[in-house]
Amino acid sequence: MPDQLIFAMEVTLNGLMTGVMYALVALGFVLIFKASGIFNYAQGVMALFAAMTLVGIQEGRVPFAHLINEIFGTDLHYFGWEVPAFFAILLTVVVMIGFALFVQKFIFRHLVGQEPIILFMATIGLAYFLEGISDLMWGSEIRNLDVGLPQGINDAIDEATFNIFGYGFFIDNLDIWAAMIAAVLVAGLIAYSQYTKNGRAMRAVADDHQAALSVGISLNYVWVLVWSLAGIVALVAGIMWGSKSGVQFSLSLIALKALPVLMLGGFTSIPGAIVGGLIIGVGEALFEFAIGPMIGGATENWFAYVLALVFLVFRPQGLFGEKIIERV
Amino acid sequence: MFYREAGDFKTTYAEDNQTFPIAFDRYRYYAVLLIGVGVVPFVINDYWASAILIPFLIYAIAAMGLNILTGYCGQVSLGTGGFMAVGAYTSYKLMTAFPWLDMISITLLSGFMTAMVGLAFGLPSLRIKGFYLAVATLAAQFFLIWMFNKVPWFFNYSASGQISAPERSLFGIAVTGPNAEAWVKYLFCFGFVFVLAWIARNLTRGSIGRQWMAIRDMDIAAEIIGVNPLKAKLTAFAVSSFYVGIAGALLFTVYLGAVEVGSAYGIVKSFLVLFMIIIGGLGSIFGSFAGAAFMVLLPVLLRNILTGVMGWDTALATHFEFVIVGALIMFFLIVEPHGLARLWALLKDKLRLWPFPH
Repeated sequence: MPDQLIFAMEVTLNGLMTGVMYALVALGFVLIFKASGIFNYAQGVMALFAAMTLVGIQEGRVPFAHLINEIFGTDLHYFGWEVPAFFAILLTVVVMIGFALFVQKFIFRHLVGQEPIILFMATIGLAYFLEGISDLMWGSEIRNLDVGLPQGINDAIDEATFNIFGYGFFIDNLDIWAAMIAAVLVAGLIAYSQYTKNGRAMRAVADDHQAALSVGISLNYVWVLVWSLAGIVALVAGIMWGSKSGVQFSLSLIALKALPVLMLGGFTSIPGAIVGGLIIGVGEALFEFAIGPMIGGATENWFAYVLALVFLVFRPQGLFGEKIIERV
Repeated sequence: MFYREAGDFKTTYAEDNQTFPIAFDRYRYYAVLLIGVGVVPFVINDYWASAILIPFLIYAIAAMGLNILTGYCGQVSLGTGGFMAVGAYTSYKLMTAFPWLDMISITLLSGFMTAMVGLAFGLPSLRIKGFYLAVATLAAQFFLIWMFNKVPWFFNYSASGQISAPERSLFGIAVTGPNAEAWVKYLFCFGFVFVLAWIARNLTRGSIGRQWMAIRDMDIAAEIIGVNPLKAKLTAFAVSSFYVGIAGALLFTVYLGAVEVGSAYGIVKSFLVLFMIIIGGLGSIFGSFAGAAFMVLLPVLLRNILTGVMGWDTALATHFEFVIVGALIMFFLIVEPHGLARLWALLKDKLRLWPFPH
């Protein structure tokens, strides 16, 4: 087998793994968009905030230490204890649920019935706000996140491919774990929305707000629920990206990458988010591999958006989106 | 008392159609112009020019441009930063290739170039609508920035990849470069703002502006009553990009002087201009000015209070600034989704009756 083809296969596999990450972020978008029509730009910052909180709790940092020290002239930094990863994750989930309550009570309850574009702007405001809060609480330095996931090259795949092709593929263990966790998460979410009472309420609200309201479903409750779920998805995405490349500001920029993923998949479809993520992940990896060197590289910056743009011109509702029917 | 239509008789159609039908408004407008031209250039110093006035004027142009597209025609764009970069790089290439060209022509040509690029990226808007379009404009943003970073022709093969504005003058007075004085830069920008605002105001209340608004309010209905969506959307994209391109060119030539494209025209700038028109008011020329003033003044004010008065260190103040800006955006959207322009209109309505309650 020619070398180029083998390289291309490796690139494709790695692209698939990146695609899983994109899909994870896109998933959080879809959850909120389906239930409330809010296009949550803050999803990426939520992932950053969740990962920062997790690291902060794990290392026993004092929240708002910088602010407190500045105002009271104290010198606080650490509580002096370390929390095991499992409990830290649980505590972070509690924090994200608290955040969901805050968002619903103070912001989006007051914006019910506004135009989608106003809601979108509000989430951009929320993204700024949350980013500032995250920096104030935990500082803005790059943090290492370690919750005990295995890292480094997967020896089994390396060996197996070496025996077949005479060339060992480099696949990170972390990516494999990410793919598995994402699969479990999606399966869990689908099961939750199909078979539980809350899940049915969620789907009813997504279908028709007013009809759901009239059969006695509390919109407020469902919205807090989806924001909490989106927070948990954000935490998972944050853990994955954070263990891969450290918890830092660029984490919040993956929200932008998730947008073309959503456009490809359609804003309202969970399978769409997954498939869109994989297409974008593989597409940009292959494009950078095949064409990137000819035109200067770093094409990942824009390839996803241009692909989505071209795709949308031919199919405006995305792959799995509901057909757009316009009436006057 | 003094702010009312009563007693101000209109005897010609021209008077009836004027932009400021109330005499007090008219005099206020002349007074602002008079102060802007006759007083400010004589008292301006470097700090005021570079921290507040020039960025305010430049961002006001950008905000008017985006407001024409988003506020009047309803097409949300997140590509403002990329289009500003087109204006900046066009003016850079023109300045270095044709050293004898004067700055006004260079700036206008940059605007036209950006209008062309805007037209090209506006074409998908005929099929893609709403959010999908907003995300599609991100393609313009990221692709353009990447192109200016990677194609060396655009930055004249300079080693650093930056572009810096050479000295160019207008009527023998330096406008760009390190020797340009604050009042010259200020007046140069002021002239552009005045002319562009005048054009924008008259475009938006004319036939083409009404077509834009019809498309914004409901595009299918507009099409049925005979508005050509192709023409309306594409003109909106072209005019908007023209404004944004001029703002980008001025930001580079007059204000910054040297530019690294990723940091000066990144996605952050797109959002900044978007915030300006939301806070100022969508679909209002006055709102573009109010929003630009607000977003330029707020960080300066916060920084002065937090680091100057309270003595915090700058990193902390920056983080706090994020929290406050974010919270203010949400606050504005909750209490007044139509922005400062609506507050201004309410104030004028109250003033009309004052001092009587009804």
